[in-house]
Amino acid sequence: MYPGPLRNLIDEFARLPGIGPKNAARLAFFLLRTPRDEAERLSSAIREMKERTTFCPICCSVAEGGQLCPICADDRRDPSVICVVQDPRDLMVVERSGSFAGRYHVLHGGLSPLEGIGPEQLKIAELEARVQDGVVTEVILCTNPNVEGDTTALYLSRLLRPKVAKVTKIAAGVPVGGDLEYADEMTLGRALEGRRDLEA
Amino acid sequence: MRQLDDEAVVLRSYPLGEADRILVFLTANHGKVRAVAKGVRRAKSKFGGRLEISNRVHVNLYRGAKELGVVQQADLLDGHPTIRTDLDRLTGAMAVLEVTDQLAQNDLPDPRLYQMLVGCLESYDDPSMVPTLIGPAFFFKALVADGMGPEIEVCARCGNAGPLVAFALLEGGLLCDGCRRGRSVSIDAVHLLQRMLGGHLRSVLHEPDSLAGSEVAALAAEAIEGALDRRLKTLRSTTNF
Ligand SMILES: [Zn+2]
Ligand SMILES: [Zn+2]
Repeated sequence: MYPGPLRNLIDEFARLPGIGPKNAARLAFFLLRTPRDEAERLSSAIREMKERTTFCPICCSVAEGGQLCPICADDRRDPSVICVVQDPRDLMVVERSGSFAGRYHVLHGGLSPLEGIGPEQLKIAELEARVQDGVVTEVILCTNPNVEGDTTALYLSRLLRPKVAKVTKIAAGVPVGGDLEYADEMTLGRALEGRRDLEA
Repeated sequence: MRQLDDEAVVLRSYPLGEADRILVFLTANHGKVRAVAKGVRRAKSKFGGRLEISNRVHVNLYRGAKELGVVQQADLLDGHPTIRTDLDRLTGAMAVLEVTDQLAQNDLPDPRLYQMLVGCLESYDDPSMVPTLIGPAFFFKALVADGMGPEIEVCARCGNAGPLVAFALLEGGLLCDGCRRGRSVSIDAVHLLQRMLGGHLRSVLHEPDSLAGSEVAALAAEAIEGALDRRLKTLRSTTNF
């Protein structure tokens, strides 16, 4: 019923997470009524993001143009402590809490046996490689407080304990069941301070 | 039915939109039911961690014209704290949830499957029980409940009393040397299987891991995958754990 190009755009929006067909049509019609140069800002922002955003070769967080991310490039950050998070957005939450001065590692997901997501699908081999030379003395597991996050933390603890002096997990305090993304800075700061050794 | 009030186990959980989740419940008396839990991923959600996978809860769902209900209230009955802190128990329980999700039918009451699932999760949560054979026992019992239980006392092809040396689900179970096909099975594994399915499951689950136990676990996985005619994601993705 809609002309082809408009229908294509609606279909593309509808593939985005959290966007249903009604919202997809709403966004497409908004852009249809928007002046041409404004609409093109959006398309060039998407193109530039895809062209220039890369993953940091050390911590797998987002970086620019194949460079190290700002944190890995900053030699004031303590290289002996790595905070492991599932998602770059979780890294930002921990940064905002201001209570962590070490480095990060981003897994890009959590282990989810029910979805068939195993260690190979995450940046776990990269993390293992980082702890080989003995510089890292503590790995803090800052995974989501849900079953996936727990599975990931228990697996990493089993994998890393023979190689790292201390493997800790952030204290409960981040509400169970919620996404780390929604944790406030105060709570997360306390959870980091109250981290404890993980048995496995 | 507009209002559904029942006890249930959370089988699956998929993120939806900004902060919601679609949950799949196996209810005690209403079969498998899907519902949305609104705002459950927010830190201050009224549901807290009560709607996590494997939790046993009392739920109140509103079901309008659509198939997908909306969770209105959830009270925690059992959060299985031991499962949540032990990788082998956690991955074992996940495999059981995956199989249950495959076996259960939407809106078709199956109180026996529900009771088996609850018992199985309680076993995984009991620190005195060794987790290795809890899931395999559940798989075999689920096959028995569906009328597909394997013959384990005599040869499934010729009825010969034994010795039984092989296992093939398509042939009906254990097989004698003359009828042998499928997978070879040790005499220890045959005895273990007979005790497990012959009323001695509780004592079997208190015994330490053994080679025969690994054999029986592999048989159970093969049997349930054969019966469901699909590979289990959980078993594939946790082989290197
Ligand atoms: Zn980096
Ligand atoms: Zn025979």
